[in-house]
Formats: sequence, C-alpha cells, structure tokens
Amino acid sequence: MFKNFAPEWEGFEPGRWSNTSVNVRDFIHKNYTPYDGDESFLEGPTEATTKLWEQVMDLSRQEREAGGVLDMDTKIISTITSHGPGYLNKDLEKIVGFQTDKPFKRSLQPFGGIRMAQQACKEYGYEVDPEVVEIFTKYRKTHNQGVFDAYTPEMKLARHAAILTGLPDAYGRGRIIGDYRRVALYGIDMLIEDKEHQKATHFVRMTSKNIRLREELSEQINALKDLKKLGEIYGFDISRPAKNAKEAVQWLYFGYLAAVKEQNGAAMSIGRTSTFLDIYIQRDLEKGLITESEAQELIDHFIMKLRLVKFARTPEYNSLFSGDPTWVTESIGGVSVDGQHMVTKNSFRYLNTLNNLGTAPEPNMTILWSTRLPINFKRFCAKMSIKSSSIQYENDDMMRVTHGDDYAIACCVSSMRVGKEMQFFGARANLAKCLLYAINGGVDERLGVQVGPKYRPVEGDVLDFDDVMQKYDDMMEWLAGLYVNTLNVIHFMHDKYSYERVQMALHDRDVKRYFATGIAGLSVVADSLSAIKYAKVKPIRKDIEVKDKAGNVISVTKNVVVDYEIEGDFPKYGNDDDRVDQLAVNIVRTFMDKIRKHHTYRDGVPTMSILTITSNVVYGKKTGNTPDGRKQGIPLAPGANPMHGRDTHGAVASLSSVAKLPFRHAQDGISNTFSIIPDALGKNTRIFAGDLDIDRLAQEAINEESEENN
Amino acid sequence: MQGYIHSTDSFGTVDGPGVRFVIFFAGCQMRCLYCHNPDTWESGTGTLMTADELIQAYEHNKAFYRNGGITATGGEPMMQLDFLTELFTLAKQKKIHTCLDTSGICFNPVCPEKYDKFLSVTDLVMLDIKHINDEKHQELTGQSNKNILAFAEHLSRKNIPVWIRHVIVPDWTDSPEEQNQLGYFIGGLKTLKALDVLPYHDMGKTKYHELGISYPLEDVKPVDKETAVQAREQIIKGIKKRLREEHKK
Repeated sequence: MFKNFAPEWEGFEPGRWSNTSVNVRDFIHKNYTPYDGDESFLEGPTEATTKLWEQVMDLSRQEREAGGVLDMDTKIISTITSHGPGYLNKDLEKIVGFQTDKPFKRSLQPFGGIRMAQQACKEYGYEVDPEVVEIFTKYRKTHNQGVFDAYTPEMKLARHAAILTGLPDAYGRGRIIGDYRRVALYGIDMLIEDKEHQKATHFVRMTSKNIRLREELSEQINALKDLKKLGEIYGFDISRPAKNAKEAVQWLYFGYLAAVKEQNGAAMSIGRTSTFLDIYIQRDLEKGLITESEAQELIDHFIMKLRLVKFARTPEYNSLFSGDPTWVTESIGGVSVDGQHMVTKNSFRYLNTLNNLGTAPEPNMTILWSTRLPINFKRFCAKMSIKSSSIQYENDDMMRVTHGDDYAIACCVSSMRVGKEMQFFGARANLAKCLLYAINGGVDERLGVQVGPKYRPVEGDVLDFDDVMQKYDDMMEWLAGLYVNTLNVIHFMHDKYSYERVQMALHDRDVKRYFATGIAGLSVVADSLSAIKYAKVKPIRKDIEVKDKAGNVISVTKNVVVDYEIEGDFPKYGNDDDRVDQLAVNIVRTFMDKIRKHHTYRDGVPTMSILTITSNVVYGKKTGNTPDGRKQGIPLAPGANPMHGRDTHGAVASLSSVAKLPFRHAQDGISNTFSIIPDALGKNTRIFAGDLDIDRLAQEAINEESEENN
Repeated sequence: MQGYIHSTDSFGTVDGPGVRFVIFFAGCQMRCLYCHNPDTWESGTGTLMTADELIQAYEHNKAFYRNGGITATGGEPMMQLDFLTELFTLAKQKKIHTCLDTSGICFNPVCPEKYDKFLSVTDLVMLDIKHINDEKHQELTGQSNKNILAFAEHLSRKNIPVWIRHVIVPDWTDSPEEQNQLGYFIGGLKTLKALDVLPYHDMGKTKYHELGISYPLEDVKPVDKETAVQAREQIIKGIKKRLREEHKK
C-alpha cells in the first residue's frame, strides 16, 4: 500500500514491510544483525548521562523528602497534547519528553475515575481543581462510575470481601502494548493512511459491533494526529519515518509517551524494542554517523525517561503493589521461529544501562530466555543478574510456540504479539479464600457475612478430603462465573469511557483479545488440600460478630470455621512431590476450565495467570487462617511460588514443582520469584574453587628455582 | 539395601563440578570443632532410603544436572560403604558423574582392597584435610589424621581425581608453616585436580543452639576471603616445593 520506498529507509532491505503493509516483524527479520560476541564493546556513561542522572537522583531525593510526590497537576487534564515541553536539561538530553511540562510532576488522569484522582491528590496535600471535579461528576462520566452503575450487589460484595481483588474498576487496566516501533519505522502520516484504509474497508452494515469499531478507528486516527502534534511540541516532525538512530529512539519514545499521558494503567509496558532499534544504530555505526559511546548514550537517555514515568496513585494502590510501579516491561532476546537467536548489540546496551545508571526496578528488563541464546549473552545476563538483581527471565522456548517471535511481555508475565494481540487485564480471584468459602458454605471467614452461595458447610470434627474437594469444586464454579461477569462489566466500561486510543492506533484493526483472569493463593490451596488428605485437619468453629461500616455489631454468625488444628505431617508443594504438586496442577486446570465456560466481552480468548508478585501481601491480610496452618495476615506466596520456607529440598525441587503447572491452562503466565545468595549460585569469583594444573605448577616451580639460582 | 539419609538438596553448586544432586548421609565419627552440620553426626538416624529411590529423585530432574551429577556428603558417607557402593554403582550404570565428599576417616590402610570396588565407581573425591599435624588434628577433630593422609595417597595410587579442601580457622590452621607442610603433602598426589581453601564461617552456630550443644568456637571470628587467598598461596608454595623435589628425583 505504500507508494514508494521512503528516503529514510535507505540502506534497509525491503520486503513486505515496505511494499505491502505495516509489518514491523518483517522489517526486523530482514534487517537485524545477530550478535554472538561478548560485552567488551560496551561503553560507560557519557558526561551528559552522568550529569543528567545526578539531577534525577537529586529530584528523587527531593521527592522522597516531600513524602513521595514532588508535584502534581491539579487542573490540566492530561491528554497527548495537553502540556508544553518538559526537560531535565534541554542541552544535555538526547531523548526528550515528559508526561507534563516538567519532570517529576504527576499528571491528572480522571477518565478512569475522578474519585481515585481526587484521593491521590488529597493524600499528598493537593486538591483537584473544583471545575475539573464538576466536569467529571456532572457532565462527563468516568470508567469507575460506569462500572458501579452496572455492578450487581453480589459483585460489590465479592469485591468488598476481597475474594475478587485488585480489579481494574477504579483505575486504568493497562496491559496493552502499543507497537511504538511503528512510529519510528513508518512515521505518523503513513500510519494514518493505513488506519483510514482500515476504516474505509470495514463492514458497512451498522451493527453495534461495527459501529463501535468505526468509532474506535476514528478515535485512533485522532490520537495519531495528536501524536504528531506531540512531536511538534518538542520540535520534531514525526509525520515522516525516522531517518537515523536518534530519531528512531525519539519517535518510538513519543509513541510510548503519548500512551502514558493518557493512560494511568496498572502496567504500561514498552514492548520489544531493543533489536528493532539496533537496526538503526547498526546502520548509523556502519555509516560512521555515531560512535558506540553515542549509541549507548541514546539508550541510556531513553531508559532514563522510562524510569521517570510516574502516575498519581493512592496509598492503597501503592500498598497493593508494594511501591509505585509502572511495569515498563521491555522484552529482550528470544529466538526467531526459524531458529536464529535475536540477540543484538543493543540487547547488551539495554542491560548495560544497569551499569551506567545503576540498578532500578524499571524498566522491567525481561530476558526471553532460550537454551539457544548465544553463550556470551547468557553469561552477561547472569553477571548482570548477580550484580543488579534486576532482571526477569521468561521461557521463550515455551511462549514462542503460541506467540511466534515478535511478542512481548506486558506487566510481569503476560505475553502478546506486539500490535496484533492485546489483553483485557483481569486482576485475580483468591482461590485460597474460595477454599474457605467451600468449608463455610459461602460465609466469609473474616466478615461473617454470606458472600458466596449458601451451600452446605462442612460438618464434623475432621475435614474429609473428598467432601471438601466436592464443595470446593462447587464454590469454584460459582466464583468463575461471577468473576468473568464482573470483568465483562469492567472491560465494557473501560472501552466506553477510557479507551486506549493511541495504543490501539498502534495495533492492527482486527486484534486478538485475550481475556485475562488470574488466581492468587495457589500454594496455600495445594498445601491445604494436602494437609486435609495426608494429615488430620480439625476445624475450629467460632461465632463471628458482623459489623456495619461504623463498627457496630448488627448480628452474629454462628459456627464459622475460623481456624484449623493439624495433626501429623503432609507433603508440601515445592519439593517435587507429586502427591501435592498434582493437587496444584488439578486446581489450575479445573478453575481454568470453569472460566472457559463463560461468555467473554468482545469474544476475548480466556487465559489465566498465576501471578501475584507483590499483592500477595495484601491478599494475605484479607484471607483468614487456612487448613495448611497458615495464619491470617501471613502473606500468600507470590505467584506460583511455594509457601515461604516449605520448600526444603533445594532450588531444583522447588522449581520442578512450579514447572509442573500447565502453561496451556495458565497461558497468561506463571511467575516464580526466586532469591538466592550469589555465592550459592557457584563460586563466581573462582578464588576458592581454584582448579589446579599440576603440570603447569611443576613447570612454574622449576622456573622459579632456576630464577633464584641465577 | 537401605541407607540412612539425613536429607537431599536438589541444587548443589559448590559440591563438585556443575549443578549437583547432593545426598547428605547420616552419621559421622569426627567431631570437628567448626562442623557446620552437627545435625548429621548421629548414626542410624534420618530416613531409610534405597539407592533406587535416590537415583529416581535425580533422574526426575536430570535436565538440571547436565554438567553436574551426584555428590555424596554428610555426615560421613564412607561409614555406610556398602550402601554408598551400591548407590554409585547404580549411578554409573546410568552414566551419572559420581563425587564423594569425605573426611577420609573411615579408610583402613591395612586392607585397602576393601575400597577397590567402591573406587571403581567413583569419578571424583573431594577430600577435606582438617590439619596436617596429627596432634592438632586430634584436638580439632577428635581423630588422628593418619588414615586420612593414607587415603589421599591411596587415591593417588588408584588414579582417582582428588580435590583437596581445607578450612582456615583462626588459631587452628592459620600458620603459614603448617600451610606449607600441607601443600608439601598434597603436592605428592598425582591426581590432585583442585584446591579449595575455605574461610571459616560461623553459620553453623544456630544449628548448635537448636540442638542444644555448646558451640566450641563461640569466640572465633569468621575469616575474610583475603586471608583464605593468602593461605592458598602458602599451600601452593608447599606444593611447588614438593614438585621441585619430585622433578629432581
């Protein structure tokens, strides 16, 4: 569809990407240079980088001292073009652009929910401009308002009791990765042309589905026009393709910046950009236009910007996520479907930012790990992991089968083909709590109120495995239905009131939508069921006072199981013991199958993650005592991790238990948080495990002696 | 046959080459003052396991052990020599690399042929020499080092690769002369492949407290890496001295 080979593309190998359609993958595969060497080519920070980073560190200190927020916008509603340019130091920054008109100033994003925005401001001593509040309460509905208008009482109660938790009903759902590379490769004008074509060739019969898409395509085109203006605000003409490495990084970043100016998503991931950008850097290096040091500087400044993405969030939000995360995940490495690894020098440069700028949790550098990655890169990853503890690893050999070789990770583990697939983020259902509901016939063990259906609770003095399993199955059936329906409401409203127009503008028209769900508390459930099966678990019942919001007792619920007495030992998940590991496998498969039975919004393909990397702490507080002996308040294990301290047979056994979980039934990802002291990973310094070469030593001994004699 | 096994660790990275499946045997006749596994001293405790069960646990995760293998440690594995032999024989049938981590205390130089069968299925021995001086060795471990040194020489004769390990403990093994002597001794081992000099650490302390045993080195400070590096150099000097002499012969 492109009329001619753009002059900016000179030197690139043409292909479908330049002749036929928007196709970044084709561009990458025709043009990238795999790198098998080691890290010795890397350069340290330039003076400008060091100076800028010092400034950032100083601002970070000020922000900490100010209680976590340095400045907030309370009047200007953030859009792609809402703010003038912002800089750290215009003369030194190679890559520019902030969410507002200055660094560390958090933008005002009320489309997800005005109350959340107000609360976030209030907590830090700011107040949203009354006029803005009026607009978003009186004239313009938010996502949050829409959701609560449609929620059923049951949904609200499940949310309140925290059997469904972290739902994106008051904040941006995130998890959508725009293909920001398209901005650099094609420039905005070609992308608009493509979108116009998509609109012109779409169904003309006006069903509600088709009307919605037509409206969305128009929104996307408007977003692209705004994106072009964003370039102009900073003095760049991004209507055309990027012509060199600096422009490529800058264009790409503008695409991402537009997204974080409009969406305060739970995870705003950047995609898979390092090898793409390497093509531009390699072209400039070969032409002698830049040096390696300048190339590294571009990447350092780009990464610096990604580290400075900030959102206005409430303290509750931060406690749920243990900090103020943005999950700017960048996926690095991997292997192509034809077997060639996709590591380039730029993969090294990205990791080298951890040297040049120091360690940081963002962007979330994620290695798409394959046994077939080049050994030098593997070594460098290991070295940087030991040094920084900041690298995440994901199994490319497993994900490539489903997603090909141009997918990226959103958030921590959610994989999707860039620009072709997106997901509806669905937080998670607390399966540990669901087990307690099964035992108590739907009564919440903390609140004493009937949250789930009033099934028959377990009776007797000892828990019987078959009885509990049957009741658990019924309770999961209920939970799966409620969960999917709740998410249907959320995503309908998010599309309606807080549509991710610029991210979706950087997607194909007909995207595959994953309908992501998630579970929390897997290891607690597995161990609890194991305890019930292999040890003797006695329920302890108590009456619970039910309180209203003011704390007054309004009723008493009789005979709620609130604690457990365990006699004897039982196999624990995390020790490569099939007796309990298979219980975990069964739970994953069973719950996923129940999810699959339900209608999903926009024909989303249901998936499930086993992910709580940080929120497990909050979930632990909201989940009562469990039959595995865990007490209320003790955090659930993160993700698919075994419970802390229960994996007693070493790392391989622990990892093996996790590895048994079926990816097919947890396709949105399985996470395992793994800590180990560097020394236990082997004798890294080689000081003590010195191999001795006796022949060489003997030779040395003889030489030394003859020297002494001379 | 069954053996008394204290525990297993599926991820050993410092107990021989590669990632290894580590089997802790129960029972040891030494009482080294700085022992960090006092929970493995008692014989006839732990779990009774067959060689087959242990090999199965290994095979289950063998993908992780591609460059590693099995290490028998403890405790003192050689106290259960017949079981150990059965375990390693089975391992060798499955082409698994076998490594013994031992103090060598069980070796009886009067009838060395007793160990032939076992050594024929052993790929590597990590021999921990606590002290080169016999008197001090007795004070430090409660046992003479004669059989241990004899075991080292036997391994050399039998062509079994040996890694020597030695722990630097303040006031016990930190004299350069004795380090030299140790080096002189091990320089005579033809099959010496590596020398691990480990700085003393007190991470075993909590185990003693849990077991209600008093910790003999309560006041001894952990050793830093640098001291261990220097000690290693001293030992290597001794090795070279021996090698020079051997060269002249």
